[in-house]
Amino acid sequence: MTLKTVTIVSTIALSAAVASADEVRVYNWSDYIDESLLAKFEEETGINLIYDVFDSNELLETKMLAGGSGYDVVVPTGSFLQRQIQAGVFMPLDKDKLENYGNLWDVIQDRTARFDPNNDYSINYMWGTTGIGANVGKVTEALGEDAPIDSLSLVFDPANMEKLGECGVHFLDAPDEMIPAALTYLDLDPNSQDSDDLEKAAGVLEAVRPYVQKFHSSEYINALANGDICVAFGWSGDILQARDRAAEADNGVEIAYNAPSEGALMWFDQMAIPVDAPNPEAAHKFIDFILDAENMAAASNYVYYANGNKASQEFLAEDVIGDPAIYPTPAALDNTYIKGPYPQKVQRVVTRLWTRVKSGT
Amino acid sequence: MRRFLLISVPYIWLLALFLVPFVIVLKISLSDAAIARPPYMPTFDWAEGIWAFLSQLDLENFTWLIEDDLYWKAYLSSLKIALTSTILTLFVGYPIAYGMARAPEEWRPMLMMLVILPFWTSFLIRVYAWKGILANEGFLNQFLLWTGLATEPLQILNTTTAVYIGIVYTYLPFMILPIYAALDRMDDSLIEAAEDLGCSRMSAFWLVTIPLSKGGIIAGCFLVFIPAMGEFVIPSLLGGSDTLMIGKVLWEEFFSNRDWPVASAVAVILLLILVVPIVLFQRNQQKEQESDT
Repeated sequence: MTLKTVTIVSTIALSAAVASADEVRVYNWSDYIDESLLAKFEEETGINLIYDVFDSNELLETKMLAGGSGYDVVVPTGSFLQRQIQAGVFMPLDKDKLENYGNLWDVIQDRTARFDPNNDYSINYMWGTTGIGANVGKVTEALGEDAPIDSLSLVFDPANMEKLGECGVHFLDAPDEMIPAALTYLDLDPNSQDSDDLEKAAGVLEAVRPYVQKFHSSEYINALANGDICVAFGWSGDILQARDRAAEADNGVEIAYNAPSEGALMWFDQMAIPVDAPNPEAAHKFIDFILDAENMAAASNYVYYANGNKASQEFLAEDVIGDPAIYPTPAALDNTYIKGPYPQKVQRVVTRLWTRVKSGT
Repeated sequence: MRRFLLISVPYIWLLALFLVPFVIVLKISLSDAAIARPPYMPTFDWAEGIWAFLSQLDLENFTWLIEDDLYWKAYLSSLKIALTSTILTLFVGYPIAYGMARAPEEWRPMLMMLVILPFWTSFLIRVYAWKGILANEGFLNQFLLWTGLATEPLQILNTTTAVYIGIVYTYLPFMILPIYAALDRMDDSLIEAAEDLGCSRMSAFWLVTIPLSKGGIIAGCFLVFIPAMGEFVIPSLLGGSDTLMIGKVLWEEFFSNRDWPVASAVAVILLLILVVPIVLFQRNQQKEQESDT
């Protein structure tokens, strides 16, 4: 090796070491933060923030299970988090490093403890429900004034779907959300792992399958907002974002979100630190930054999702805290359910049923 | 010695970039799924020795592929989509290559650039652009409505038709370039000779031009067919939920079921299916080279 190459190699090694010292890599859901917060974090802490996004838990989980993802903070949903904790993917949080830990909301903490006992590994980022987004004008046109836009029958009754199919319906491409919804429609336990129950749920989905244009977990935001489709079964905040984008574009599209009256799935996206995070110190700083009441409120005000931060509520905009589609009334909260993870064997059955629903084989 | 080194370079290349990854995938395909990191057992441990590892392997994942009809249906459907789009690409690509080879000498570099230029933009962005073109409220439908050719928007996006359009568009240069190379090499006096001997233009084309460009056609077809068979990006962006392709099934096994062993078994079988056309392609290339020298 010549002197020159030695210098180059050592410079690269050095710069890599320096980079990891004040760099934090965050992997969060797409369209899920007020991006001005990212600049604010860098300004306040001097830590270089690399922010990357995904749109499915499955993708995140595979990266976590493969290991060496290089991320310092990731945001899986509760039921996925639970299994990932079992697989030894995350490190326990050092709560002493989180000055704003006291801001958390006990109502949400109690629920997330069902996935993450004692909340040792994770902090709630945001939560919401899974429900129905409707283009009010088009749905009324297809089904008349008394269209059941707050009922699962809108999307699971073939008679309704036949009329809606022409103007376009999207479902989430997430069997862990759609199968429980179909079970709820059938008045069965949404957490059922019984193969007969699952088969019946798949039957419901298959009956309306011909009228579903696409199964996808993020495209419906744009499609709803542009008026390309008239109904989406998706996540509350995403649909509310579509509502807002349509209002901004002033294109005559009016979107409404409703949690199904039969019972809505309530989910929680949790911030956690992978066990092999290159910079856990900075990861804690990032989580603490998000836990700050005003920062958390800014994120919620921007993305229209509720958060698990009690202290942030005084900073929330009226159209966030006051909207029952985002912060449900206590009675509506009682009408929600939480879904746990499936064991491997059941997961295989569910995915297989889902493939059958989607592709007909 | 030098000769030996020279020959060994491509073999080392193959070993490092093909054989080693393949052995890793094969190894995973013989393991069992588990809730762990990485999510399968057994993982190879040097300390336990190779026999302890081998004794734990089983073929269960491969028998699973036979028992469920999803997999062979997906292989068949991929095969059909790959074959159909190869033929479509040939029909679109051949006239373009022919036109390029017949164009005046000074135009050709420019025409060549026009074929290659789209490669400067990311493949993903070009496929996304098609979403904008084919959507219900997209350019194509707006144009059709404006001209009155259609009275209501055609549903093209999210159907298998869109997948065909995407594959043909993406792989077109792979078809054009080898055919163009073959036609460019062809001696024009052969056509003149055929016509002098009483061939019509049409039959001169079928009897002289096509056989002489056969090498290019075969090369182009393989270059389109092989990647189209395992295509994932195009069907997932442009296709509908009922577009069944093995690339998507593979994705699902990996990501939804997090069953790496079964996913690896699907990949191993896909490779075995593709080995046949790849070997045929290799043979064809060799023959071409021999006939050139």
